[in-house]
Amino acid sequence: METLIAFSPLLLQGALVTITLALCSVALAIALGGLGAWAKIAGGWFTRSLATVYTTIVRGVPDLVLMLLIYFGGQRLLNQLVRSFGGEGVDVSPFLAGTVTIGFIFGAYLAETFRGAYLAIPRGQVEAARSLGLGKFSALWTVTLPQLIRHALPGFGNVWLVLVKSTAIVSVIGLEDVVGLADKAAKSTREPFLFFLAVIVVFLAITAVSGALFKWLEKRYSQQVAVEEDAKEDGAKPAGGGALAAAR
Amino acid sequence: MKKFAIAVAATVFTASAATAADVDICVEGAYPPFSETTESGDLVGFDIDIANALCEQMGKSCELVKTDWDGIIPALLEDKCDAIIASMSITEERKKQIDFTNKYYNTPAKFIAAADAGLTDTPEGMAGKVVGVQRGTTHHDFMEGVFPDVELKLYGTQDEVYLDLQAGRIDAAMADSVAMNDGFLKTENGEGFAFFGGDYDVPEYHGEGVGIGVRKEDTALKEEFNAAIDAIRASGKYEEIQNEYFDFNVYGS
Amino acid sequence: MSLICGRPPRTTPDPFFDGWGDSGAALALKHWNLFAHGACTTLELTAFALILGLCIAVPAAMALARGTPGAKWLISGYVYVFRGSPLLVQAYLIYYGLSQFEAVRDSIFWPFLRDAYWCALLAFTLNTGAYTTEILRGAIVNTPKGEIEGAKALGLSRFKTTWLIELPSAFRRALPQYSNEIIFMLHGSVIASVITIQDILGVGRTVNAKYYVAYEGFITAALLYMVLTFMIVIAYRQVERKYLAHLIVGR
Repeated sequence: METLIAFSPLLLQGALVTITLALCSVALAIALGGLGAWAKIAGGWFTRSLATVYTTIVRGVPDLVLMLLIYFGGQRLLNQLVRSFGGEGVDVSPFLAGTVTIGFIFGAYLAETFRGAYLAIPRGQVEAARSLGLGKFSALWTVTLPQLIRHALPGFGNVWLVLVKSTAIVSVIGLEDVVGLADKAAKSTREPFLFFLAVIVVFLAITAVSGALFKWLEKRYSQQVAVEEDAKEDGAKPAGGGALAAAR
Repeated sequence: MKKFAIAVAATVFTASAATAADVDICVEGAYPPFSETTESGDLVGFDIDIANALCEQMGKSCELVKTDWDGIIPALLEDKCDAIIASMSITEERKKQIDFTNKYYNTPAKFIAAADAGLTDTPEGMAGKVVGVQRGTTHHDFMEGVFPDVELKLYGTQDEVYLDLQAGRIDAAMADSVAMNDGFLKTENGEGFAFFGGDYDVPEYHGEGVGIGVRKEDTALKEEFNAAIDAIRASGKYEEIQNEYFDFNVYGS
Repeated sequence: MSLICGRPPRTTPDPFFDGWGDSGAALALKHWNLFAHGACTTLELTAFALILGLCIAVPAAMALARGTPGAKWLISGYVYVFRGSPLLVQAYLIYYGLSQFEAVRDSIFWPFLRDAYWCALLAFTLNTGAYTTEILRGAIVNTPKGEIEGAKALGLSRFKTTWLIELPSAFRRALPQYSNEIIFMLHGSVIASVITIQDILGVGRTVNAKYYVAYEGFITAALLYMVLTFMIVIAYRQVERKYLAHLIVGR
């Protein structure tokens, strides 16, 4: 127990790296997810096939394999690219490789979530907004977006929870996140059981806190919605998140 | 919070291989006593001291880049560093990819096991035993070639081999004798373990000693390193470093 | 050592492909026997974990849906912990954590826990068991009332109602979600390579290390995982078509 207390600042630091990594990855995933959803909804033949290739890779290749490929192989690709423009060689850090990999993977899942959420908004609403004289942009901003968030939130919450757990693999390429630091501490103190148990508790805590946060957000975003629709919403499978509920 | 932000920024942008140093050197940092990382993250060991001495001799500024063994040759080829000083043996297979300087040390390979294991180092004696080696090393090739009936377990670092040897997951380990003696047997973790069998130095597998890896096109750098190795051996600097870690001649004959 | 696939073959290249050079596809072909062993190990671990996980999940889900408060509390704790933390850490806890204790090393379980294979199988089984429990629980809870009333009206015993009506019906409802679980277990099994097992990713790393290359082994591994994934998806669709035929009439 004393060992754990002595190492708690280290574990806390690792937990912060884990959370930072998760936040950076989810930001990238939102961007990619938005693009993917847009490609699937409004894209032409080419963008839609691109989106299909994207989903196929993510569905087919395990996260760790993809990450090692990006970390070791992406380096070569990037260097060739940069050098062909006359630049100097660059280095892919574990943090960067982790962010790109996890953002890439969960972007594909979020694309489904966003697409489902968009399709759940009745077409008539935008048409009504436009006929009231709202511009294309303000119709998007005031009518579509708030509802998109509401419809996407349950699925998004699911994706976030799975994403946080996925960050653990980045320790394999040497990132000193909570898993990486615990691994080091476990080796130097020869108490792996204690430290990995502590890591599990850290993840359960992150899961519990963000779960509560999403409940609150969902409530906030569905405040104005009629009660009966709310009830229906709860029973429904969250858009896109259903497929992920089992992911680890 | 600010401190944390800086720490995070440092984590994200350990990016630039294009450091200000003249020569970036890939080291492993997980292979005591040649190369290890202290609790505070500093790199120490024979390889590290030799690297610094050579740089000083050449009058160049050097930056040490800690790199996993698995990715160390790709890292050199990808310009993550300009040279490898990581106890890498000079072998024909590796010479297909990179070039080497002359050797800077040469020590034989050996088996270790629990002191009371009673193993013999013949192919028959080791048949069916589980032996741990670091993958992609000369020891990996040697075991496959000479001890075909051993069940090999492959590890990313030598430290992981020791962990599993202690846990009793493997019956024996095969690696460099000096690395195992100083990095394991002499430490408290190595209590109850001992060498067994003979010294192995088979040129076909173990190469011509340990050299510094450089890219094939960097012949000038290679020659500079060669001259520097000769210079520190002549000046007594090499011996000084050697005596800090070992009580015998690691350069070999 | 794995049960079916045995010991990994040596890393000597297949002489037939040996003249083909040292890069790209030639590396994969030269070491096809390594990759075949890797694929065998991956499939073996995944299949055993799924089967054993199902053995945990069926009673656990029944207890969660219909059991006593004590059993419910215990099982939801198990499910919560294993679904809420990364598989990698669970595998570390079992592989590195358990071997730390003298008592474990002296126990009758040590011959198993000594071997990375059984550690991985244990971690995978407990993990997929938790996820499957949750899937099945959902399916059992959603059993249409009429099915149970019908069974009662026919005078079926409680035992028979469970085994002949509730579970088969729940399995059918769980099928689509369970296909995801199979894929996730296949992908999750890459963790085995981190604890020294020569699965697909493990042999990919070995090939990379042997030839001092950065990504050839990983690309081969990625392609193999993709092929396996889509083979499973297609096979599963056949199963679904058979058992859910009554549901897809309209399509």
